[in-house]
Amino acid sequence: MPPAFRNPATMRTIHAWLLLLPALAFIAAFTHYPAVNTFIHSFFLDGRGGAPAQFVGLEHYQYLLEDEVFRKALVNNLLFASGTIPLSIGLAMTMAFLVNAGLAGQSVLRLCYFVPTVLPMIAVANIWLFFYTPEYGLLEQIRGALGLAGVNWLGSESTALPCVIAVAVWKDAGFFMIFYLAALQQIPPSLAEAAMLEGASRLYYYRRVVIPLLMPTTLFVLVNATINAFRMVDHLFVLTQGGPNNASSLLLYYIYEVSFKYWDTGYGAALTMVLLGFLALASIGQFGFLDRKVHYR
Amino acid sequence: MSQTNIYDSRGLARMLDTAAAWTLALLWALPLLYAVWTAFHPSEFSTRFTLAAPLTLDNFRAAWDAAPFARYLVNTVMLVTLVLSGQLVLCTLAAYAFAKYDFPGKGILFALVLMQLMIMPDVLVVENYRTMSAIGVLDSTLAIGLPYMASAFGIFLLRQTFKSIPKELDEAAAVEGASTLQILWKVYVPLGKPVYLAYALVSISYHWNNFLWPLIVTNTTNSRPLTVGLQVFSSTEQGVDWSIITAATLMTSGPLLIGFLLFQRQFVQSFMRAGIK
Repeated sequence: MPPAFRNPATMRTIHAWLLLLPALAFIAAFTHYPAVNTFIHSFFLDGRGGAPAQFVGLEHYQYLLEDEVFRKALVNNLLFASGTIPLSIGLAMTMAFLVNAGLAGQSVLRLCYFVPTVLPMIAVANIWLFFYTPEYGLLEQIRGALGLAGVNWLGSESTALPCVIAVAVWKDAGFFMIFYLAALQQIPPSLAEAAMLEGASRLYYYRRVVIPLLMPTTLFVLVNATINAFRMVDHLFVLTQGGPNNASSLLLYYIYEVSFKYWDTGYGAALTMVLLGFLALASIGQFGFLDRKVHYR
Repeated sequence: MSQTNIYDSRGLARMLDTAAAWTLALLWALPLLYAVWTAFHPSEFSTRFTLAAPLTLDNFRAAWDAAPFARYLVNTVMLVTLVLSGQLVLCTLAAYAFAKYDFPGKGILFALVLMQLMIMPDVLVVENYRTMSAIGVLDSTLAIGLPYMASAFGIFLLRQTFKSIPKELDEAAAVEGASTLQILWKVYVPLGKPVYLAYALVSISYHWNNFLWPLIVTNTTNSRPLTVGLQVFSSTEQGVDWSIITAATLMTSGPLLIGFLLFQRQFVQSFMRAGIK
């Protein structure tokens, strides 16, 4: 045995590396390697029919600036994020308060709120598609019963994106509620007693005691909601295919179209870089948050 | 689950709270309730709600015959099993190293692993497709599963769990002559059981429901999971018959939904635990 292997510290380092190796290899192969490759390929034009890829420098990035569809998808994605994030977080908090308030049938309530989380988005989108269908869909029947004029919910540029946002909020709110429920149950009842002794009103107690105590959870949920807003596009495949006229297209959906419908993977890579940029912004928040959590322990 | 709180509403406020809670619950359950209604009634009742509507299983039969759902189901079960077993092994080993070893470069490696939380395989579809095509596994369950085999979330979760297990237990086992892997298997894994359950439930529901990557990487019934199969089915049958499409929708989500209803408590608690850690 060479002397280095007799050193326990060296042995422990080798052990640690061996334990880590399989997981690291997979993460490197399917996260780091493709991320770096995305960057490299964004400077190349794919060779058609077996020809080698051609270096085009910043051409794809220049095209990004002129690409109307990209601009639309980007603006839509920002609107989608600014719609889904506050709505789903607000609803999640409300749901958690309601489930935690000791009302009759609270386990049924919790079940109803949470059930969309376990259903496949692609499956429930089919049900929502029916709700939104012109003329005989559920929404239109309600409108008809009220004697109002018909709306083509998914077929008009002004309503398609809000409809898609509604589905995403419905899907995510119950999931985020769980984290709030967990946090609510960590709040000691003595705080409520103390607030009561001080004569604080119910509203004051929630606003000044409960919601601030939920801040770490809100931050955690916020990061997850942000990531979801840039990742969740399954419902578009069923509901709108990004239409009409790209009014409901989102970044990842556009990346899919460019890369796998038009097979322009070089431009797809440049688009992916933009998406990664947004995720990196969210990740800065996440890292700060995780660090703090670790310190608390 | 909840303790009573002196700030819980009373009287009129409580009635309002109850009304609000149930309205919201009804709204949230409506799509599923509607799907159940349509799937179990003949199609002429899909927009007419009357107690006289006869019950039927014909929609399920028609959907089952119209597309190879049995094959899709097998593919999904295989996918979920493959991914989960890969994740459990890889994440356990890595989490143990991060929790119990000190070695040069540990901080950087951990940061590199955590990067996957933000840059998920879900968004690297173009390059991962290239990789799958290069290693020649396109259109297989393996291709769908490979990018998810090592999960930063799983490693993080298990690392937190392992860290909370006192070192004395290791030392006692080491004195008995147990090797590293034996200690991991006999001491750490059993103590982490609730977290493993939590992680497994989260992973199963995620991969059962995953759509975009499987859509990209599969193109025949040999490997298509339920989600992709459902999409292929409903986009070709578009506008034909809502009752059959909702029946297919329920079949796709059925096993997971039934599992959820049976294990509701564990499910919700698992998600909670996954969130707190």
